[in-house]
Amino acid sequence: MSGLTRAEVEELAVLARLELTEDELARMQVDLAAILVHMEALAEVDTSAVAPMTHAVPMDLRLRKDEPQPSLPVEVALRAAPDAKDGHFRVPNIIKTQEGA
Amino acid sequence: MIWSSVADQAHAVRTKAISAVELTRAYLERIAAKDGELGAYLAVDEAGAIAAATRVDECVARGEDPGPLAGVPVGLKDVFVTEGLATTAGSRILEGWIPPYDGTAVAQLRAAGAVILGKLNCDEFAMGSSNENSAYKLCRNPWDLTRTPGGSSGGSAAAVAAGLCSFSLGTDTGGSIRQPAAMCGVVGIKPTYGRVSRWGVVAYASSLDQVGPLTRSVADAALVLEAICGHDPRDATSVVEPAPLLASAPTAGVDGLTIGIPVEYGGDIDPEIAAAVQRAAAILREAGANVVEISLPHTKYALPAYYVIAPAEASSNLARYDGIRYGIRRGEGGLAEVYRATRGAGFGAEVKRRIMLGTYALRAGYYDAYYKKAQQVRALIKHDFEQAYATCDAILSPTTPTPAFALGATTTPYEMYLADVFTLACNLAGLPGASVPAASSSTGLPIGVQILGRPLDEATVLRVAGAIERAAGVMDLHPPFAGADRS
Repeated sequence: MSGLTRAEVEELAVLARLELTEDELARMQVDLAAILVHMEALAEVDTSAVAPMTHAVPMDLRLRKDEPQPSLPVEVALRAAPDAKDGHFRVPNIIKTQEGA
Repeated sequence: MIWSSVADQAHAVRTKAISAVELTRAYLERIAAKDGELGAYLAVDEAGAIAAATRVDECVARGEDPGPLAGVPVGLKDVFVTEGLATTAGSRILEGWIPPYDGTAVAQLRAAGAVILGKLNCDEFAMGSSNENSAYKLCRNPWDLTRTPGGSSGGSAAAVAAGLCSFSLGTDTGGSIRQPAAMCGVVGIKPTYGRVSRWGVVAYASSLDQVGPLTRSVADAALVLEAICGHDPRDATSVVEPAPLLASAPTAGVDGLTIGIPVEYGGDIDPEIAAAVQRAAAILREAGANVVEISLPHTKYALPAYYVIAPAEASSNLARYDGIRYGIRRGEGGLAEVYRATRGAGFGAEVKRRIMLGTYALRAGYYDAYYKKAQQVRALIKHDFEQAYATCDAILSPTTPTPAFALGATTTPYEMYLADVFTLACNLAGLPGASVPAASSSTGLPIGVQILGRPLDEATVLRVAGAIERAAGVMDLHPPFAGADRS
């Protein structure tokens, strides 16, 4: 699985929402393959009777009461936005994206 | 007072032997004089620090108690969200972001009277082992300016070692507190997973990330840990157990403790590092501990398991950097074009690599072979530790395979990953772990040893670290770069 094709790397970049240059794609193909070859050691381990561990400390998901808590005022939450208008984040056209992505 | 302990500095401020403003100015002057060469700070908040110190002094003047860290100047790794103070996580994608709130650990430090000097250099999004992945500038090792301070909390370790803050906070996902602490000759502790709130800490890998202090002594580490541990309802993975009382642990001794040395950790390491571990073992034996060999059979799978799990979690966590709510925005056209252009321009090479690795490990068809498999191996690694702790109270090992390496010396990403080979398993198992200076190399570089403990047993880790610190004779060494000024 370590022989990653150029097409696979390009597809991963689309899934990861990363625009990569030609040079970056070429380097990524080499680097990922060189890293993934070390991950293959995991296949040696017999895990047939082992449940996957999702967290370091066993704990139940804690829920709080469904009551409103104080939160950031809208104008403060928008202060760092690259583009905001009338109390909202302004985003690019989404419909067009769904066709393209 | 620059080199005094955290406790002594707080005491001096509370008894008006020195004002918090004077102490703060002393560090600010050192930063101005020395950090141009070192590169430990990404931002220095002179006005904010003086204002905070003034409040501490006013509190003392009114006869009130400003807290256990009264007036003590601290530096924060730039992954801690700080109200009104730029937070970048070492990344261009967050350039210029001024957070509207303080994270919990930062708020706890402020409540304890600490004075925040500024934000410290780190590998971008805490991904790296040399601080060379910082998008802003190099950070150098104060013991040898041609070498790295380690990473990812490189600035946090370098600043403490060089006397550019009294102590610092870092984060540790696979060794990012302990490895730079070892390379810069300071104490670093990663508490049990969940001990310190992650709320308001820029996330890398959420099932592994943990906050901890980097300090000049084990006693300082105990004092700072007491101030930042505790349950936080805003972090769903915060442990509910009460914050531990740790002040007496560093001097409690190790008489009667059993210390395990894993046979699997002996492999490919620098002979001076191996000698430092042997020396630490001898110190502990001399102090009354029983030192035994233990086995952690799945040790060699910790690195591959980590480099599946951590990038997978990172690829998900870093999806939030999309150019919409904060940070930079690039690109024209539709939403996906803006996402891709923003992230392509804003993330550095290692961050992109880990996002790609994580995306690969999580994608349909590969999930079972990589992510699920790594989580199963993680369970086996944790089980190894549970077995070991049936026969020992703490584990002693090297922190790093080598002392600090030269800037620019690491040629491949995987070679860099190997710098964390001894520290990763602790995060996978969620254990507390510390690095304490134990020796100097023949070339004068610090060498640390690692102590791992049972879950929630930071006290035993600090007892063992304290015993090594007292006998190793390297605690009072300061890098030549720091200067002879011990006022």
